Amino acid sequence: MAKKLLLLGDEAIALGALDAGLSGIYAYPGTPSTEITEYVQHSKAAKEKNIHCTWSTNEKTAMEAALGMSYAGKRAMVCMKHVGLNVAADPFINSAITGANGGLIVVSADDPSMHSSQNEQDSRFYGKFALVPIFEPSSQQEAYDMVHYGFNFSEKYKTPVLLRITTRMAHSRSGVVRIECRDQNPLQMPGDLRQFVLLPGIAKKRYKNLLNTQMHFIEESENSPFNSYTDGPDKSMGILVSGIALNYLMENFPDRKVPYPVLKIGQYPMPRKLVEKLFAECGEVLILEDGYPMIEELIRGYIPGGKKIRGRFDGTIPRTGELNPNILAVALGLTDTKGLPVPDLVVNRPPQLCSGCPHIDSYKALNEVLAALPKGRVFSDIGCYTLGALAPYEAINSCVDMGASITMAKGAADAGLIPSVAVIGDSTFTHSGITGLLDAVNDKSPVTVLILDNATTAMTGGQDSAGTGRLEDICKALGVEENHIRVIKPLKKYHEENVKIIQEELDYHGVSVIIPRRECIVAIDKRMRQKFK
Amino acid sequence: MKKDIILAGVGGQGIISIASIIGYAALQEKMFLKQSEVHGMSQRGGDVMSNLRISHDEIASDLIPYGQADLIISVEPLESLRYLGYLSPEQGWLVTNTTPFNNIPNYPDLGNVMAEINKLPRHIALDADTLAKEAGSAKSANIVILGAASPFLGLGYEKFEDAIRFIFRTKGDEVIEKNLAALKLGREFADRNI
Repeated sequence: MAKKLLLLGDEAIALGALDAGLSGIYAYPGTPSTEITEYVQHSKAAKEKNIHCTWSTNEKTAMEAALGMSYAGKRAMVCMKHVGLNVAADPFINSAITGANGGLIVVSADDPSMHSSQNEQDSRFYGKFALVPIFEPSSQQEAYDMVHYGFNFSEKYKTPVLLRITTRMAHSRSGVVRIECRDQNPLQMPGDLRQFVLLPGIAKKRYKNLLNTQMHFIEESENSPFNSYTDGPDKSMGILVSGIALNYLMENFPDRKVPYPVLKIGQYPMPRKLVEKLFAECGEVLILEDGYPMIEELIRGYIPGGKKIRGRFDGTIPRTGELNPNILAVALGLTDTKGLPVPDLVVNRPPQLCSGCPHIDSYKALNEVLAALPKGRVFSDIGCYTLGALAPYEAINSCVDMGASITMAKGAADAGLIPSVAVIGDSTFTHSGITGLLDAVNDKSPVTVLILDNATTAMTGGQDSAGTGRLEDICKALGVEENHIRVIKPLKKYHEENVKIIQEELDYHGVSVIIPRRECIVAIDKRMRQKFK
Repeated sequence: MKKDIILAGVGGQGIISIASIIGYAALQEKMFLKQSEVHGMSQRGGDVMSNLRISHDEIASDLIPYGQADLIISVEPLESLRYLGYLSPEQGWLVTNTTPFNNIPNYPDLGNVMAEINKLPRHIALDADTLAKEAGSAKSANIVILGAASPFLGLGYEKFEDAIRFIFRTKGDEVIEKNLAALKLGREFADRNI
């Protein structure tokens, strides 16, 4: 028996890419996708083969760089969390029109139940929207295999493909068997040098080409090793199950024999013939999918005949949140299992800023300055500092998307909320805050922007931050006046001085940037441990 | 043999290390394994849990169904109670540290927490922090807890010793010896209190 490696879903994808002849991985960190890129960064083989693996500034730049590598004929992977695909949506949707040259896989990691995210959007809709094939693994082994298969598919049809995983797949370990490694592609220009020029005349042709290819994509799905129809003796119900939901289904049948016909989906567009077969043979159909009821919505729309469809829309499955074996047991009419009651005294233990975190001192100073004003004027962003919304700080009033702190503060200032404050981390600032700050400078908006500089991308585990050492220069270059760029040290002993500086800049009727600068204590700890190892 | 295990604690307390050691021991026995971990936001001092499933037969779900866990291993007393919904009412064991990690303003009275733990028919509660210090390494409280849980994992004690030697192989002999001592103190406590 071949040796099994114990890998996270994320790691299986990374190893799959390396073994399938990857030349570059591009990503901005985001839970639960971060470990894919980190695996490549720590891989000795990747280093020897000179695989590109440094972090990108954001998901859009990552997607575009990956498309460029594909243009040049090499295999590229781009990874992000689901909301990152919103940032990369423009190049992603258009990459379906340009098509690929070297194999191009876009990995989007969804987070149903919002373990570490601001929504539970389902990336499969993006795949459908872009009209590209989607792969959705049910096991770490499939995640590994789908990368190799996906690169081949991408090169066969000259199309990007989407690999959609969920938190449970990304962060769960299981055994994976490798297949043979293959070499990288040589540098090879696209056959048609106008393929990537999306002028209307060319784009119209390419869009038609994409639409014409859809029937081939469906045929591929109908014959895919990742889509399978397993017959069962009880035809009163058929089960249509996608991705990781398959595991929860099987968990409910200890002998792994489901009495009903089961259509398992791992590759989209939907294999229409198999779906029709399931509907023809079964009395009603139960649809099990982790994420939004995307398949369910599609099926309810296009299968005539009024067969009963059960799923998230009719309440058989809860409308929100990730699936688990118990939810499926109830849906299948099996006996649900229960453990012991949790005593009432068990209170929540929310995540919080680490003891000694520089953000604590920044928030204490900011709160003191703002105490004199009516509450509700601090717009913040995505990162560890979002925890400043919780007690005891209760220091911020928004967290929407990467970079929105500066632009929302500007909009509120435009509306007359003065002073208005933005609080953004260094990595989030370079990700998507720079353009917003330029807007504020151009309008001379009365906003005070705190760029909390802990010299790392802390929330996702301490990845490099794109602007470290250059934040003042960036702000200066955008046109922020030099005497309104203030660097402070967020420490208790400088509290009075920091309060005074924040007060001065709040009083200034224009764009100010305050940079509280102190390295993340978790990053220091990690650095020291490596140094003295 | 099949064991479904819930690992519980607060972010940073080392539950992933416990999972790695059990996982290594299980793989040496050619068992199947699935382990669902917690990454990201909750690691910042929030409650964390991990589902660990080991079995000689192939495992379907990454998540353990409610009421099916054979064991809850917790490095913190309040956290040990949070996941009782997963514990098998008929045969489940709870193994927990008694030293609280108090980083919230409304942490309940420790006496009441312990009273709830003591109500359980099958439990081992031990002061792993003190025992870890006795073993020579305050950081090894998680390994003490693993030692106390080792009688319920269906694997020979020496398998865990081997796993510790492997997992800590790059840290030097002293670290390995301290962790083996921590494992032993935990095991001895369990053997006296089953």
